[in-house]
Amino acid sequence: MSLLHLAILLPFLSAVLIPFLFKGFRNIHTGWFVLLVPLVLFIYFIQYLPLTSDGNTVTKTFEWIPSLGIDFTAHVDGLGLLFALLITGIGSLVVLYSIYYLAKEKEALHNFYVYLLMFMGAMLGVVLSDNLIVLYMFWEFTSISSFLLIGYWYDRERSRYGAQKSMLITVFGGLSMLGGIVLLYIMGGTFSIQELINMSESLITDPLFVPALLLILLGAFTKSAQFPFHIWLPDAMEAPTPVSAYLHSATMVKAGIYLVARMSPVFAESGLWLWLVAGFGIITLFWGSFNAVKQTDLKAILAYSTISQLGLIMSLLGLGAAALHYDQLDDNIYMIATIAAVFHLINHATFKGSLFMMVGIVDHETGTRDIRKLGGLVNLMPITFTIAIIGSFSMAGLPPFNGFLSKEMFLTGMLSVFELDLFNLSTWGVLFPVLAWIASVFTFVYSIKLVFKTFLGKPQFDKLPKKPHEAPIGMLISPIILVSLVIIFGFFPNLLSNSMIKPAVEAILPSLVDSGQTVDVNIYFWHGFTPELFMTIGIIAVGALLYATLAKWQGIYNRIPERFTLNGMYDAGLSLSEKGSLRLSNAYMTGFMRTYLVYIFSFFVAILLSTLLIKDGFAIDTTDLAPIEFYEVILAIILVASAVTVIFAKSRITSLIAVGAAGYTVALFFVLFRAPDLALTQLVIETVSVSLFLLCFYHFPRISRNIERIGFKLGNAVISVLVGLTITLISISSFSSRSFESISQYHIDNVYDLAAGGNMVNVILVDFRGFDTLFEIAVLAIAAMGIYAMIRYRAAGGKEE
Amino acid sequence: MKKTNDVILQTVTKIITFMIILFSIDLFFSGHYTPGGGFIGGLMTAAALLLILLAYDIKTLQVILHVDFKLMTATGLLIAILTGTGALLFNEPFLKHAFDYINLPILGETSLHTAVLFDIGVYLVVIGVTMTIIQTIGESE
Amino acid sequence: MEILMSIVIGILFMCATYLILSKSLLRIIFGTLIISHAVHLLVLTMSGLKRGAAPILTDGVTAYTDPLPQALVLTAIVIAFGVTAFFLVLGFRAYQEIGTDNMDEMRGTEGND
Repeated sequence: MSLLHLAILLPFLSAVLIPFLFKGFRNIHTGWFVLLVPLVLFIYFIQYLPLTSDGNTVTKTFEWIPSLGIDFTAHVDGLGLLFALLITGIGSLVVLYSIYYLAKEKEALHNFYVYLLMFMGAMLGVVLSDNLIVLYMFWEFTSISSFLLIGYWYDRERSRYGAQKSMLITVFGGLSMLGGIVLLYIMGGTFSIQELINMSESLITDPLFVPALLLILLGAFTKSAQFPFHIWLPDAMEAPTPVSAYLHSATMVKAGIYLVARMSPVFAESGLWLWLVAGFGIITLFWGSFNAVKQTDLKAILAYSTISQLGLIMSLLGLGAAALHYDQLDDNIYMIATIAAVFHLINHATFKGSLFMMVGIVDHETGTRDIRKLGGLVNLMPITFTIAIIGSFSMAGLPPFNGFLSKEMFLTGMLSVFELDLFNLSTWGVLFPVLAWIASVFTFVYSIKLVFKTFLGKPQFDKLPKKPHEAPIGMLISPIILVSLVIIFGFFPNLLSNSMIKPAVEAILPSLVDSGQTVDVNIYFWHGFTPELFMTIGIIAVGALLYATLAKWQGIYNRIPERFTLNGMYDAGLSLSEKGSLRLSNAYMTGFMRTYLVYIFSFFVAILLSTLLIKDGFAIDTTDLAPIEFYEVILAIILVASAVTVIFAKSRITSLIAVGAAGYTVALFFVLFRAPDLALTQLVIETVSVSLFLLCFYHFPRISRNIERIGFKLGNAVISVLVGLTITLISISSFSSRSFESISQYHIDNVYDLAAGGNMVNVILVDFRGFDTLFEIAVLAIAAMGIYAMIRYRAAGGKEE
Repeated sequence: MKKTNDVILQTVTKIITFMIILFSIDLFFSGHYTPGGGFIGGLMTAAALLLILLAYDIKTLQVILHVDFKLMTATGLLIAILTGTGALLFNEPFLKHAFDYINLPILGETSLHTAVLFDIGVYLVVIGVTMTIIQTIGESE
Repeated sequence: MEILMSIVIGILFMCATYLILSKSLLRIIFGTLIISHAVHLLVLTMSGLKRGAAPILTDGVTAYTDPLPQALVLTAIVIAFGVTAFFLVLGFRAYQEIGTDNMDEMRGTEGND
């Protein structure tokens, strides 16, 4: 356990304190305490920056389950550190923002911050774990905390729906990923990512390689909301806005991107990887931006925009894999795609985070997020307007903001497809730049729409639930910091290039570094009159035109019937599976006790008898049998007779006497079998039991015979006979076959030496197998408590009599 | 319920209960070397108490023995667990027992076992459980 | 002796199963009681019967009956007692609440799902 491990676990540990802080200091907003955690961690992780920018990595191992090869190995390299800084940096800003967003009087802050800290720790665990199983564990933790945060206002129906949807989709992906991890383990014999990367060349020929690749990608795509799994993200917007800004735009949804980047060295040699990652990315990019335009809810626009931007990064990562196939080039132009991916990842976190916070402010101050009711806010909320315009222009890819730079690099990356001569990219690959350009146009349209419809246009304040005014300064600090970063990264992108982007790219493409190539990150504003520049000009021109004529062509969105949308299919599938499962379980869960018992007994007979037959398990050995005395036969007959009497007895007293007789006969058998302790116990127990029955008879109906039809009786008889037969066969086989010596000899030999006792049975009970006895008396006590509760507390209202 | 005349039963009970209880205690302590032990001893004691209950009624039993049997069960469990935990103090596994031979004034050389402490726990639980069950069923009438 | 016991145990199981499958609550409880007797005998029979003296240390005796099954059965007897008592109370409380001891009239699914 090193300091690094403690850093990862710190959010979890501090989450324990939150409820007490919430209860103890009602006057202080709990967020102020929480804020310390990401701040401290951010400062801590900053210290690693010089280390990773020199190309070094830090690995600390803490043994967890060494027998299964599962160690909590923390591995800090360029990629992991970049994410760790994003998580803690954006985390600090979001917590600060939430202090003003969530009122301490009304909200269940202790729940909120516990979930948030849980998420933060889980996310740090995901990006800093080298062991895939540990990574998976943290991965699912992020899904769970996301579920809890989306459902934070659990009394709203939409929140519950969104939470369930995100849970189902991301956990489904997580489980497939677990399958992929297990396949990787089967292939490589290790869960360590670094070790898998070292053996990637041998893995690619393995027949399990493709299934593992598909399963891992499924996990990444569901988490990062790639088409067609993107449908959960818009519904996740039911979460409080700080959560949307943090989980559903800056960090958690990027876990899928992280996974793709992290696993690139393992899988990227394969053409399938390139096609899938780049293909799904570009489709998502297009589909997200296309759908964002039609949204009327500000957060929905941002949600679809996030989907589309995630697709953009994903497609860049996919194309970046092409660089691996050209490791002999001096100036590797394909590397630009990966560089652009990492750069855009940072940029997206800054501008999308600020936009979400801006929307939160608008929502908070006006009471609505509906774009149709908003307008003309610019005079009332000038600072918010400034934030919005910087954020959305950066998103649209306009200079001089950082979005412009990464958008240019993105277009360069897409254009480089033309020069690729790999995996048939020269044919269908043409679609990449085309789709990229179309998607960029839509991105431009919705970015403009986001700002103009909200802040410009005709004021219609009478439609708003609240009288709007500028937000308090505390709420504005975080988005102002983020938009300042948008501008700073826009003007001085090379602040990042060597400190963060280069080490991250080196971590994604380690084989290039090994082959002696240098990752050269130089980001410029002006490249001359390149195709990219003309494309950008085209985007602005066409985008402006489309925005102006929006009302005319908006109708195409209504062309797809609700039933055929992905959401429609998800809802239909969910209700179908719910109804189907209900019908299926109702078909065999009849509610009759007897049916269940019949199932149990039938399976019992079927499984045991067939095993006996198939495995040829039946054995009979008559060489070593105990002799039978005459009186023993008599006892056996009495026992059988009394058991049969119970079946045919008409009155309950007769049954009871017969049962008692059986019990006392069993006690006599214990005497014959040289078991004095058992005999004594059985005698007393039988006496107590019989008196218990007599006491209880008072409460039972006097005549307890229910008419049973003959068919019913016959069916029961068949099952009973089969059960009896099975038991007899098993009993005979069990004493006839002996695979190994009884362990009892140990007890017999050591009873005096080790326990100083003479009665072996008692010594076994209290000493050798004391655990059994301890649990047994615990069970007894529970039974007694159950009986006490059943009698004392009546069902009605649970009141004591 | 109709008041029945069971003078004989009641008289016999008075004498026999003590004999049964004495016997049960003997069974309990001799359990380590001869048949007996916590389970049997406990059951036997419970049977004696049951006899009182049948011959008289619940109120009589409560007058004679003012004990909360639920508490007895809990105490028994606690003793059993504490005996087990005791071993941990001596850096031994949970429930590891120890014994020694000690010269006592009257009894002479006696072997003392921590296992007996555990068995006392069992004994108390068995009495407590049996009597709780019977008492609650009886009271519900 | 073991074969005889196996058959007896089989018959006990048969009777118990038949009782458990019947409709009356009380008969089901009787069934569980008989099934526990049968199981106790089964455990003892499995280890072989009458293979030596009772498992109590005695001078001069070397062959003892297997003590381990006996210890297990002793535990089982006491547990069976607890379970039977629980069933009994469950049975009559159910009768008091629902007003029937016929298993066919006791159905759990409606109104609970």
